[in-house]
Amino acid sequence: MILIHCPYCDEKRAELEFAYAGQAHIARPLDPSALSDEEWETYLFIRNNPRGRHHERWRHIHGCGRFFNAVRDTVTDKFETTYKAGEPRK
Amino acid sequence: MTGYRLPTGGRINRAAQVTFSFDGSSFVGFEGDTLASALLASGVQLFGRSFKYHRPRGLVGSGSEEPNALISVSRGPGRFTPNLRATNVDLYQGMEATSQNRWPSLKFDFGAINDRLGMFFPAGFYNKTFMWPRSFWEKLYEPAIRRMAGLGQAPTEVDPDHYAATYAHCDVLIIGAGPAGIDAALEAAATNKRIILIDEQDELGGGALSDPALWPWLDRSLKALAASPNVTVLTRTTAFGYFHDNFIGAVERLTDHLASMPDGPREKLWRIRATEVILAQGAIERPLVFDGNDTPGVMLASAAKVFALRYGVAVGQSVALMASHDSGWNDAFALAGAGVGIAAIIDVRDIVDEALLAKANALGIEVRLGHSVIGVRGRLGVKGITVARNDGTAASDITCDALLMAGGWTPTVHLWSHSKGSLAWREDLGAFVPDVPNENVRCVGACAGTWNFGAGVVVDVLPTPKDPARLKAFVDFQNDVTAKDIKLAVREGFRSIEHIKRYTTNGMATDQGKTSNLNGLQIASTALNKPVTDIGLTTFRPPYTPQTFGALAGHAKGALFQPTRKTNIDSWAEEQGAVFELVAQWRRARYFPKAGEDMLAAVNRECRMVRSSVGIFDASTLGKIEVVGPDAAEFLNRMYTNPWKALEPGRCRYGLLLKEDGFITDDGVSARLAPDRFHLTTTTGGAARVLNLMEDYLQTEWPDLNLWLTSTSEHYAVIALQGPNARKVLEPLVEGIDLSAEAFPHMAIREGTICGIPTRLFRVSFTGELGYEINVPSAYGRTLWERIMAEGARYDITPYGTETMHVLRAEKGFIIVGQDTDGTVTPFDAGLDWAVGKKKADFVGKRSLARPDIVAPGRKQLVGLLTDDPSIVLEEGAQIVADPNQPVPMKMIGHVTSSYWSETLGRSIAMALVEGGHSKMGQDIFVPMPGKTHVAKVSSMVFYDAEGARLNV
Ligand SMILES: [Zn+2]
Repeated sequence: MILIHCPYCDEKRAELEFAYAGQAHIARPLDPSALSDEEWETYLFIRNNPRGRHHERWRHIHGCGRFFNAVRDTVTDKFETTYKAGEPRK
Repeated sequence: MTGYRLPTGGRINRAAQVTFSFDGSSFVGFEGDTLASALLASGVQLFGRSFKYHRPRGLVGSGSEEPNALISVSRGPGRFTPNLRATNVDLYQGMEATSQNRWPSLKFDFGAINDRLGMFFPAGFYNKTFMWPRSFWEKLYEPAIRRMAGLGQAPTEVDPDHYAATYAHCDVLIIGAGPAGIDAALEAAATNKRIILIDEQDELGGGALSDPALWPWLDRSLKALAASPNVTVLTRTTAFGYFHDNFIGAVERLTDHLASMPDGPREKLWRIRATEVILAQGAIERPLVFDGNDTPGVMLASAAKVFALRYGVAVGQSVALMASHDSGWNDAFALAGAGVGIAAIIDVRDIVDEALLAKANALGIEVRLGHSVIGVRGRLGVKGITVARNDGTAASDITCDALLMAGGWTPTVHLWSHSKGSLAWREDLGAFVPDVPNENVRCVGACAGTWNFGAGVVVDVLPTPKDPARLKAFVDFQNDVTAKDIKLAVREGFRSIEHIKRYTTNGMATDQGKTSNLNGLQIASTALNKPVTDIGLTTFRPPYTPQTFGALAGHAKGALFQPTRKTNIDSWAEEQGAVFELVAQWRRARYFPKAGEDMLAAVNRECRMVRSSVGIFDASTLGKIEVVGPDAAEFLNRMYTNPWKALEPGRCRYGLLLKEDGFITDDGVSARLAPDRFHLTTTTGGAARVLNLMEDYLQTEWPDLNLWLTSTSEHYAVIALQGPNARKVLEPLVEGIDLSAEAFPHMAIREGTICGIPTRLFRVSFTGELGYEINVPSAYGRTLWERIMAEGARYDITPYGTETMHVLRAEKGFIIVGQDTDGTVTPFDAGLDWAVGKKKADFVGKRSLARPDIVAPGRKQLVGLLTDDPSIVLEEGAQIVADPNQPVPMKMIGHVTSSYWSETLGRSIAMALVEGGHSKMGQDIFVPMPGKTHVAKVSSMVFYDAEGARLNV
């Protein structure tokens, strides 16, 4: 069971306190109606599937409840870092 | 037959005799014996039958690596444990053990016919033969194979034992308490670190237990550890898995070795989080591959040494050694020192260490260098061997009653591999050793590939003049895989060891190839003429040895398997004899049968009473979210499909929630209590999902909005009071709220008190009748329920359950998200266009409602169905076709989502998702069912009171 550092609680806690929440840094378009079908499709469905560093969102759902961002290596399943939502991509 | 108890030696307690039975016969061993050592001492050589060919098998090893001697132990009803390795079973007084995979008896086994037919059972036999026809697989092949090629029987009774679980934390976790592990523990003990030392055996010592010269050191070391308050020692504890971040799973066996069962758990699951892990798991000796190497009495040299020096048991009167490694010679010398006769030492090498030769000479042991065993005589036990020069000449017989194999050593890297540490190939060892760690872990001792066992050569199959096609040279004893099978797999085109493994099943038995993986790899390497490193290594996965389901389940069984959520009113329903159903994790009353009523009769009565007078329903399980803050209305306006900003305080609105893909994910009626406060409701099963979705948008998309979301699902008990007499029942109980139709219309909310309890009183209806949903603090739920029941008695107030709720809502065409929708249904598909704010610039999912696939014709749409025969209640989930006469397989155009007998209408009603359903109004569709195809007309989903007259009273 992985230990995950919650940047809000500033503690490493067991994985079972957390929920995965998909790829990070995909902002909802400010005006979805202005997007073409292709652009909306890209926003809605197209995701990275890297071998290695992956930027993803987690929620400390059974803790402080906050969503945050993380960089995890998909090969080793190790977290490189976690940081607060709204902070720049690491 | 040949094993016997040596007159002296070993760590057994010769003063304490232990009587036990094996296959119904009585035997005597000593305290400190394993089942294997005690049987061996009694002359038993035959321990089981092999998996596929039912060949007679004896002991190969002396511990967890043992592939053959799988036995069952029975301790009474529900306490039957199959597939235990006899080498790991600590003997106790009265033990009842049985062999497995034989019928009718171990010595005469009908399934052994498979062995005579062996040429018909090559690698991939199951894949190739039992392919067709499909129905034969279920009815014929699989049951026959299961009966013939089985492991032990699974117990049928409920396990009466219980199992404990605990978490532990330490600075240093040491796994394996042989000399290397004990040294590591002593070193760490001198610091102030917290240390846990675990070992799977009944006593610490590992290899030192079979080396009497080390016993004084062992005694001193164990005393030192016992005196260290910072060291926790766990014996009979198997570290079965190494998980992320130095999280180790281990099972401690607490009672299986005891003659009488104490109170307390049978096993304890340890979940250990360690700062540093030290693996000291040792190494496993490798068998040699030659014709007849599975004959009972052919075993690992190291195992023979363990039996002799730890348990005081000779594996034979006259024992031969087949070696490719020095360690076997030293084991043979140790046996000779214990008084065991050594018939000969055969070594595949032409040259060995002079010191070994000198010692063999001094002991008068015959030595054959550059020779190999090419055959074994005896079927149920070794009677002798045939050896030849490696060039095939000079074959001669040697009489012996046991044959030891010394094929070198395989470091035990299982846990290291679980932790995703990398491995490096050591050509000199012919083995993989730990390389780069992936966690804070290191290996010490033999599992790191460092040992003082001497040198050796790696041989895949011993040289033989015999026809390779006729050899029965086993690689994987438990799964009956021979060298020939692996070569066949290579000939048939398999190149990767992962594929060869699956095709031949090499290494896939319960021992996970502890003795077979490396030999299989060497044979494939030779056959492919490629280095081992190009073929790869199979992946080790937890568990290291099989563990009981009980240990893994722990307390999570029966009522504790998952929480059962109960409302404050639940106890009343139980006292009334309600029939319950689980909805999400909530236990909900499904119906309240009176004497003699079945479900249909009860539901019909409940429906009649709601429509004609008044019914009462526990709706406490509804999800509830309190939305508070200056931007609450703005937030809800963005989340829901319909407009929220203009909703006046005191009014309610039906909210439809989409995901960004445009599909319905939840719905519910919500109320505005104040400009900055809303009381949302969600479906029972959707509460957590909806809160998570809303939190996601609030925290990450619109963090500028000022509001709070709070789950209040369990804070309120909710009593739904529905029916034309609902207002009359409420009136005498409510204070501070004008219940008149003018002052308190449908879809409104008022705050006041009821029976003195503060309430949020909704006027809403999921039945189509005049209705109220009374929210009070949870703790008052049952009290209020009983007050209302008393007040409603004169109207024959009738409690109803979820089944009646479903029927009544279906009569009105109200959907249940998750039943009538399935994650692919848009508001338009569901006929809920009216709930979508056309003028809203944006809401979650709005853009998707204009996606090409969403606006394309032919989507499945929700419609009503009325069967031509009104007495037919369609099956929910039944498929719908447009033309019942088309050939099979028919094109299915939809399915029935909800279907009930409507007592109100005196006929059946149904809802269905049908392709282009909205344009099929009045048309016939067909529902083929076994024996009959039902005809139904597509209709509106509102079957009752379409104009809503019953609501506006
Ligand atoms: Zn947190």
